[in-house]
Amino acid sequence: MKNNNLIKSLIIIGLTIIALIVMNKFLDSYLKRIVNLCAIYIILGLSMNLINGFTGLFTLGHAGFMAIGAYTVAILTMPVAMKEMNFYMKPMVPFLLNLKMLEIPFLPPAASEFLWFIFALLMGGLLAALCGFLIGAPVLKLTDDYLAIATLGFSEIIRIVFTNTQSITNGALGLKGIPPRNHLLWAWSFAILTIIFMYSLMSSSYGKALKSIREDEVAARSMGINLFKHKVLSFSIGSFFAGVGGGLLAVSIGTIDPALFKFSLTFNILLIVVLGGMGNIKGTAISAIIITVAMEALRFLDEPINIGPIHTNALPGLRMVVFSLILMIVIIFKKDNVFKSTLQKARGRYAKDR
Amino acid sequence: MLKIDNITMKFGGVVAVNQFNASISKGEIVGLIGPNGAGKTTIFNMITGVYKPTLGSIIYEVNENEEDITGLRPDKIAKLGICRTFQNIRLFKELTVMDNVFIGNHLRLDSGVFSAVLRLPKYRSEEREQFEKSRYLLEKVGLYEERDEKAFSLPYGKQRRLEIARALATDPKLLLLDEPAAGMNPQETQDLMEFIVDIKKEFKLTIFLIEHHMEVVMGICERIYVLDHGILIKEGNPLEIQNDQKVIEAYLGVE
Repeated sequence: MKNNNLIKSLIIIGLTIIALIVMNKFLDSYLKRIVNLCAIYIILGLSMNLINGFTGLFTLGHAGFMAIGAYTVAILTMPVAMKEMNFYMKPMVPFLLNLKMLEIPFLPPAASEFLWFIFALLMGGLLAALCGFLIGAPVLKLTDDYLAIATLGFSEIIRIVFTNTQSITNGALGLKGIPPRNHLLWAWSFAILTIIFMYSLMSSSYGKALKSIREDEVAARSMGINLFKHKVLSFSIGSFFAGVGGGLLAVSIGTIDPALFKFSLTFNILLIVVLGGMGNIKGTAISAIIITVAMEALRFLDEPINIGPIHTNALPGLRMVVFSLILMIVIIFKKDNVFKSTLQKARGRYAKDR
Repeated sequence: MLKIDNITMKFGGVVAVNQFNASISKGEIVGLIGPNGAGKTTIFNMITGVYKPTLGSIIYEVNENEEDITGLRPDKIAKLGICRTFQNIRLFKELTVMDNVFIGNHLRLDSGVFSAVLRLPKYRSEEREQFEKSRYLLEKVGLYEERDEKAFSLPYGKQRRLEIARALATDPKLLLLDEPAAGMNPQETQDLMEFIVDIKKEFKLTIFLIEHHMEVVMGICERIYVLDHGILIKEGNPLEIQNDQKVIEAYLGVE
């Protein structure tokens, strides 16, 4: 039984990798970016689901942690010349300016570039996790809406700090010319690793302890579970993956600026989590793909429309109106199983005890 | 094993428990009875760290070591070997029966989270042990067949037994049972009494229980404390309690 599942998942992973390699060869850069975004949103959705869905902590600070990851990766991977070009308003702090790839002598340059990029991503994740840890320690004493507001505030603080530290992040000008990593396997291998990590974590004793906190805090602590430790653990791991996701986003789109990490980004991820199912790994992965694709597929609505005699001017924003409508209809009719369990969970979690 | 010294709990102006004293020796089954609202569950909540007593102290003696556990965090108290069940069942409802018991083992887990995620050998062997223990406990309470059901789908009596199994998974030395027979029919009550005596022997437990079913209290408790309006009115063996005028008045009113 167990072996069967293992073989099945290995086959699925293998097929995914082959499909990605094929897509990488034939898709144009626009479609490739969408496929990349799918993977990135899978990582982000899962990391938020760990905190909100599995542990039951209603937090809204994801954009902040992503920003930390994205800026770390950008600063670590950009060549010195490119950084100098970016920072024309005010020169960059020399220490950060001179941060560059370590050449490992006996390896070919491509290999050390490869390792350096992974190092940068891990640093992005770790810095985000560190911030998660530091923020989590005081904030996780709060519950429900209070926690949501506190983490939201934190995420806004990060964004504003990044806007104003001109000599570190280049402020509102943002960073341009981040060396792109567009090969689909980059983001997707991290997405697959994240999925495996989550499955492994949630089936372990720690994962079950996290779920027990969601189910009943009083009972969980009476069973000897250190609530604070486990909440901080979940929050830090979630932040780590948010940081990694942010880093991948940076190298996928090539330019970042603080406006990218507004609350609406957190909202998008929350949408994925709610639609995919609180505490549902498979559902989150699927809904990440659906939402990313749907957001792009509806883009034609923002442009002028000509259907026979009907003729409209460009209506920027119509896309989001239609998208939200579709979302509402889907939620109301919850025909799909995925949506059903989401609603039950979401109701149980956020509407009860009010 | 447990010495409760003059604990008082005030909620604002209400004195829920007033200068309660008790001591429990190793291997006893001690009952705590009293009319509704007498403050019995409040005492349990103070012992397990849910409330910090306004006054007084609770000393827990384990392995010849005396430890002051007054106002300690609940999870630390559970680690020291005091575990409880709840009056209004508090299971992890959406999780399976097996997971409920499995989580009871979590506090004894040595491996860190990374060794758990990476399934390192040490974690694997610990997990196997936890699993075996959970299975044994579920068989013990007769719920192994239902291991994959969600906890909330069990009938009431089975939920109570699952709660006891979950508490036993934490390796307690002192087990606090808050109305274990509530809502049970006579046959189930009889089974429960046998079960309590049985687990006490097998796991070398000391048991402190709150109960309204007098046959349970009189049948298995060696000593009984009677509480009324937060005040200890009588302590003694079942026979003494049954014949005490003050206890009868507290329960039935004054003639």
